[in-house]
Amino acid sequence: MSYSDKVIDHYNNPRNVGSMDKSSADVGTGLVGAPECGDVMKLQIKVNRDTNVIEEAKFKTFGCGSAIASSSLATEWVKGKTVDEALAIKNMDIVKELSLPPVKIHCSVLAEDAIRAAIGDWKKKQESAKPVTSAVAQ
Amino acid sequence: MSTDVKIPQQLPVTKHAAPQGVKLPIYMDNHATTPMDPRVLEEMLPYFMEKFGNAASRNHSFGWAGEEGVETARERIAKLIGATAKEIIFTSGATESDNLAIKGVAEMYREKSNHIITAVTEHKAVLDTCKRLEKYGYRVTYLPVQKDGLVDLEELKRAMDDKTILVTIMAANNEIGVLQPITEIGKLCRERGILFHTDATQAIGKVPIDVNKQYIDLMSISGHKMYGPKGVGALYVRRKNPRVQLAALIDGGGHERGMRSGTLNVAGIVGLGKACAIASEEMSREAVQLSSLRDRLRDRIMNRLDETYINGTMEHRLPGNLNISFAYVEGESLLMGINDIAVSSGSACTSATLEPSYVLKALGTGDDLAHSSIRFGIGRFNTAAEVDYVADRVIETVERLRELSPLYEMAKEGINLKDVKWAGEAAH
Repeated sequence: MSYSDKVIDHYNNPRNVGSMDKSSADVGTGLVGAPECGDVMKLQIKVNRDTNVIEEAKFKTFGCGSAIASSSLATEWVKGKTVDEALAIKNMDIVKELSLPPVKIHCSVLAEDAIRAAIGDWKKKQESAKPVTSAVAQ
Repeated sequence: MSTDVKIPQQLPVTKHAAPQGVKLPIYMDNHATTPMDPRVLEEMLPYFMEKFGNAASRNHSFGWAGEEGVETARERIAKLIGATAKEIIFTSGATESDNLAIKGVAEMYREKSNHIITAVTEHKAVLDTCKRLEKYGYRVTYLPVQKDGLVDLEELKRAMDDKTILVTIMAANNEIGVLQPITEIGKLCRERGILFHTDATQAIGKVPIDVNKQYIDLMSISGHKMYGPKGVGALYVRRKNPRVQLAALIDGGGHERGMRSGTLNVAGIVGLGKACAIASEEMSREAVQLSSLRDRLRDRIMNRLDETYINGTMEHRLPGNLNISFAYVEGESLLMGINDIAVSSGSACTSATLEPSYVLKALGTGDDLAHSSIRFGIGRFNTAAEVDYVADRVIETVERLRELSPLYEMAKEGINLKDVKWAGEAAH
């Protein structure tokens, strides 16, 4: 099994490496995987609250070349999409784009999980920021 | 430790100019296999086309020439290990020797008893053979190892009972290079009338072995781990005090005293013999050279990088072996970054089964550090310039990957990773 050129490219030139402020109201953070599994991905998104468009995305990954490439690609893909459009990204899209062999498909699944986790985290923040409508009768 | 993932040959964008005297790619995976020593090849060549006779052809000079080559090799191997030539049986390699020793003894002594003792860190050739014997009704004890990789002699004593026929413990481990206390183990076995087999594949020609001083009854030897050819090995089978008997695995003509039928791989055997002769002459000098290079590699890396951990004791170790875990960096991604250097990793991602190294697990190394381990095997043909280059490339790749690592980031923030509830934990 050898790596596709795209995986090698992402490994050598990973896109959007870095971190954003976790506590910011516009940032959603997804942390998936586990060190014992050999795969941990942190994916963060910054969403424009008016348009729901993901304006910025950053990632950090502990894992093999395919895992790094999958998460790097994920940040590339979510940028410019709305949150709902980003949720439509499927792991098999990543597999096709990077030509991942069967033994590395789980890396793409984790990347998809990371996207969902980041979006989920952002959504939770938006929910808790909503003002509570009083039910008490005047 | 197989590396099923093919790391691409193209160099990364940051061009690494090879310094003077360093030819890329560098081979530093000498536990997987070794390049043939030119002297071994030279010794073998006549046996392909000129002295090509079947060593078992008793009646003509072609056969005699083949036989002579074989018998010279037998003497050379015996000399290296303190045995007699009659005690050397030729096989296709150490895997076959392990199978022959363990199954051969098990079958031969099955009326007497059925208990075998081995250790969890043995090579698969031993472990899988034991697993098969368990299917046939044998009882096998797999001794744990301590954190330093060594078998606990008290545990071994406790495991031995009156039904034990064989103890099989390797002389040197292929992943972490740790040297087991063979003499003490052999002595315990001899005292109790239990046969002692050692898989010496990684130890032969690298550290001194003496079958008498170390109370060894059976020993597996491999050609391609000691600058000899692949596809040939030997099994030492003791003839005196005690006389060991084996049931053959392969029937058909009764070659090798009935223990291993089949036309001898004369050229391969001649190569193995020459490799042993070279080792007899050069082993002590080479051991000093190798451990000096290994220590140089270790120091250069560990002086620069923090949170690096050596797997297995340094005190009882093969001179050329180094096995290090680089915290927060996964092994396969590290190999990808040093793709002009051949080494291997204990990471699950490099194995076909996606299981991390069972040897590292046996040491109590957490899975995360097992995933972060690299095995370096320095050999006869590696140079100081190569060691420095490898160290520098490892350092720069680890530093780069740590910048990419969420674990490193969390550790730097003071988070104890063991306290974190990982999303992926349930899956494991």
